[in-house]
Amino acid sequence: MARFGMVIDTVRCVGCMDCVVACKTENNVPEGFNRDWIAYDVSGSYPTPHMEIRSERCNHCDNPPCVSCCPTGASHVHDVGGVVLVDHDKCIGCKGCIAACPYGARFIHPDGYADKCTFCIHRVEQGQDPACVAVCPTHCMHFGDLDDPNSEVSQLLASRKHHVLMPDAGTKPRIFYLT
Amino acid sequence: MQELTITRHNELIDPLLHIWSWQIPVYLFLGGLVAGIMIISGYFVLQGRYKNTTFSTFYLPHIALVLLSFGMFALFLDLEHKLYFWRLFMTFQISAPMSWGSWLLMIVFPALWVNTLIRIPEPFQGKIPLFDRWSAALNEHPNVIKNIGILNMLLGTLLGMYTGVLLSSFGARPLWNSAMLWMLFLVSGLSAAAAFVHLITTDDYERELLAKADNAFLTLELFVFGGFISGLLTNSRVHHEAVRLLLDGPYAPVFWVLVIGLGIVVPLVVQVLAVNHKVKHTPVAPILVLLGGLTLRFVIVYAGQFSHWT
Repeated sequence: MARFGMVIDTVRCVGCMDCVVACKTENNVPEGFNRDWIAYDVSGSYPTPHMEIRSERCNHCDNPPCVSCCPTGASHVHDVGGVVLVDHDKCIGCKGCIAACPYGARFIHPDGYADKCTFCIHRVEQGQDPACVAVCPTHCMHFGDLDDPNSEVSQLLASRKHHVLMPDAGTKPRIFYLT
Repeated sequence: MQELTITRHNELIDPLLHIWSWQIPVYLFLGGLVAGIMIISGYFVLQGRYKNTTFSTFYLPHIALVLLSFGMFALFLDLEHKLYFWRLFMTFQISAPMSWGSWLLMIVFPALWVNTLIRIPEPFQGKIPLFDRWSAALNEHPNVIKNIGILNMLLGTLLGMYTGVLLSSFGARPLWNSAMLWMLFLVSGLSAAAAFVHLITTDDYERELLAKADNAFLTLELFVFGGFISGLLTNSRVHHEAVRLLLDGPYAPVFWVLVIGLGIVVPLVVQVLAVNHKVKHTPVAPILVLLGGLTLRFVIVYAGQFSHWT
């Protein structure tokens, strides 16, 4: 079984927010909410400051705390690619998954259920890339099977320095940032 | 220097998590209070007090049923997808404490109810003949009555533990990542229940006994607080920062003054004087204990949401 993940080149990302707009359009994300967003991480000090621009979203963790805490099974790991999804008809809106996510990736949809990035599974199942990856003008985003050593994402991870967000939280994220 | 700016502004999530309002602390407090009442009521059943008084085996479980119903209603009000609440009872998710809690509550209600049948007070006898018949049948089997007491004590302990386990299972909130949290909420629930019974009982023996018990619970609670705080202080950076929210951060005034000072230390001093017959028993100490227990849940729930990984 495939294990989908994303590799994002922070050297190429310019923070244009095309990925954010594409996601909102593709997934009809309600006004005032975001499934993905841009983070500007500035560190260091003059004369050698460093800025990393990241396109962030649900990390579709290998060890997803949002799934293990869900009392109804609404949050689940999908058969295709191990993508973490929410079954809207099972979600009671208890917000436990939101408390469990260290990345703040989930929110309550105005219709009452927990919502978040799906890796555009409806597109992926038809052989397309997620909308954010497809529109990126700098081609800084890459999507694929992390378990396939010949996939583009695996090759990039094998050849470039990278990191994940909050590794100490123990969630084993599947979004990797090239540095 | 490190500065993080994000373009996300999701409601209830940003700038800091605030998904749970008054409903969850009230639910956790009432759950803890009912847990304590079940343990106390079960203990009195084992002691055979139902032969002399109907308060602890009839009125107290009835009050607990009402309090627990209020608590569950508060929980219902918190749900964002309210009409789907029944989904909780269509499955059992072994890794989800909330699923365990939902099913536990389904067992707690009948356990409390069967406790009320042990001895029905005279004014209520004959109102529902079926209950009178069941009560008479129960009284023919003293061993069954003892087991009802044990069941209430056991379920009360599990319920009191659950309220803490629920929060500590959320690894993303460092303040709640303590193995002491279930103990803190259980002891606090016992203390609140002892104060509650002390406040409303008309039986002098029960009032005196529960004032003494509450002194023990309050003292134990201070030790558990010590373990909770020192455990987080000696943990990783994020846990250290989380507990500082209570010690000298934005929640410190409420924590030190209302939870520790007025919620534990002052009533403990007053009740120690009362049980040593230096001052009379008054409602002041138990009311402070109850308010302190409620404030504790508010502080832990709010500060816990404030705490986060970086």
